[in-house]
Amino acid sequence: MTLDVRLRHAFAGFTLDIAFTAPAGVTALFGRSGSGKTTVINAVAGLLRPDAGRIASDGRVLFDSAGGIDVAVHRRRLGYVFQDARLFPHLTVRQNLLYGRWFAPRGPGETLERVLDLLGIEPLLARRPGALSGGERSRVAIGRALLSNPALLLMDEPMAALDEARKAEILPYLERLRDETQVPILFVSHALAEVARLATTLVVLEDGRVLRAGPAQDILSDPAAVPALGIREAGSVLAARLARHEADGLSRLETPAGPLWLPRVAADPGAVLRVRIAAQDVMLALTRPEGISALNILPATVTAVRLGEGPGAVVQLRAGADLLLARVTRRSAEAMGLAAGRPVFAVIKSVSVAQSDVGGSG
Amino acid sequence: MTDWLTPEEWRAVALSLRVSFWATLVSLPFGITVAYVLARYRFRGHQLLNGLVHLPLILPPVVTGYLLLLTFGRKGAVGAFLDQTFGLVFAFRWTGAALAAAVMAFPLMVRAIRMAIEAVDPRLEAAAGTLGASRPWVFVTVTLPLILPGIVAGAILAFAKAMGEFGATITFVGNIPGQTQTLPSAIYAYLQVPGGDAAAFRLVLAAIAIAMLALLLSEWVGRSVARRIAGA
Repeated sequence: MTLDVRLRHAFAGFTLDIAFTAPAGVTALFGRSGSGKTTVINAVAGLLRPDAGRIASDGRVLFDSAGGIDVAVHRRRLGYVFQDARLFPHLTVRQNLLYGRWFAPRGPGETLERVLDLLGIEPLLARRPGALSGGERSRVAIGRALLSNPALLLMDEPMAALDEARKAEILPYLERLRDETQVPILFVSHALAEVARLATTLVVLEDGRVLRAGPAQDILSDPAAVPALGIREAGSVLAARLARHEADGLSRLETPAGPLWLPRVAADPGAVLRVRIAAQDVMLALTRPEGISALNILPATVTAVRLGEGPGAVVQLRAGADLLLARVTRRSAEAMGLAAGRPVFAVIKSVSVAQSDVGGSG
Repeated sequence: MTDWLTPEEWRAVALSLRVSFWATLVSLPFGITVAYVLARYRFRGHQLLNGLVHLPLILPPVVTGYLLLLTFGRKGAVGAFLDQTFGLVFAFRWTGAALAAAVMAFPLMVRAIRMAIEAVDPRLEAAAGTLGASRPWVFVTVTLPLILPGIVAGAILAFAKAMGEFGATITFVGNIPGQTQTLPSAIYAYLQVPGGDAAAFRLVLAAIAIAMLALLLSEWVGRSVARRIAGA
């Protein structure tokens, strides 16, 4: 399943001109507000008619300005999870969930039982949207879109309206969605932590253009992409297996590069996790540091160095099978002679990795 | 029980109820359609349609009645056509009274329903579309239930207006007891004859009673509908 998008659309003082392909899995459209993310997703859904372009889902042409094709919204079969949930206030949760069922073609798809279980919303069935919390509303909206048996799921910042606690509540459900359903997802976000946890493919938008597009791991660990992702937020993702919870509140994770101790992780031993490590939380040393409070010291090899315009530099490291990013000063990079091939030690404070940086595997 | 009004007075009350009921019921689909078009579409002639709908509200009722007579009278263009093709006659019949009442009440009905439609979040309708509902289905399953309180309010308002309609009715269909003599026409007629005050007063009481009942009913229906929609 792939989604091909190519479109051009002019607004007053802003032109969107983008092209990308979303393969199976979760594709994140990432960019600042105003970069055109929502326009793209609305064009795919058919809620906005672009000036020109072509949109095809698995070869099924949804829009083609040259061929004069513009499939009506209700015939596109794309489940859209809106930022503001948009549940029908006059219907119960059950009726909301089953709304799309009415119109969906019969066929294999998610059953109500599975969606209720996946999203944990069974106790809400008899309620009305007015009586739900923000997090509950988001989950019902996701379930409603899933049950319309869509060929593709569109999500426009489904968590933007939620506080951190609610986000932490929804993210695991989205991970299960990614791992347990066959429906591909196009996901709009301006939060890199979310993207790092969920995305398999990343499309970075800026001012209506595609800046970068490709496998999420590659872009997240590419020093050249750091300015586009945001220097404070940039960071790569390590695959790790939870070994055990230890008595002092830490959890031991195994990575190909060595053990990693993090504040207690909400998962069971044996779980495969994605741990996001922000570039600015990684320190580098030429020799294995001793007498240091940081618990995590991973041997690594420098694979690339990118000097910034200012006093900073971003260093890409290979640690085991994964790539890490470290943000250091130019001065240190030069003093340490950091260049491709140089062996170093990456130092990561346990407490700098937040609970929200650790997600299920994808 | 029924002897506090004379049979003739009862006839006027019953006729008014019948006229108002049919005037409201038949104009409701038109009212909803026009309100939807005015609320949701921008097109050339939008202002013209809006003006036409509101005309009966601002014109002197006598003028509206006379225009109805010109168009729907036996010799009027539309009236003659309806008479010959469907055998439907408005002039000096209770149906004419219902038509006059419907036309006079139409702007009030449209205004109430239009306001309700404008209060419906179009984003909900867009969401229904993404879930596979076509435009007509979106209207039936989302828009209509959400504007139900507005429709009820518009219908009650139209009914009340129809009950009180006098000027256009008397101009269009006259004041024939048992045929076109509605409650207001009857009150007017009784006030024209010596000694008719008592009968007029009894009809006034009947009018007040009907108005109060309609108001209570609308409050009750409106509240229960709103409760069902707001949920909780």
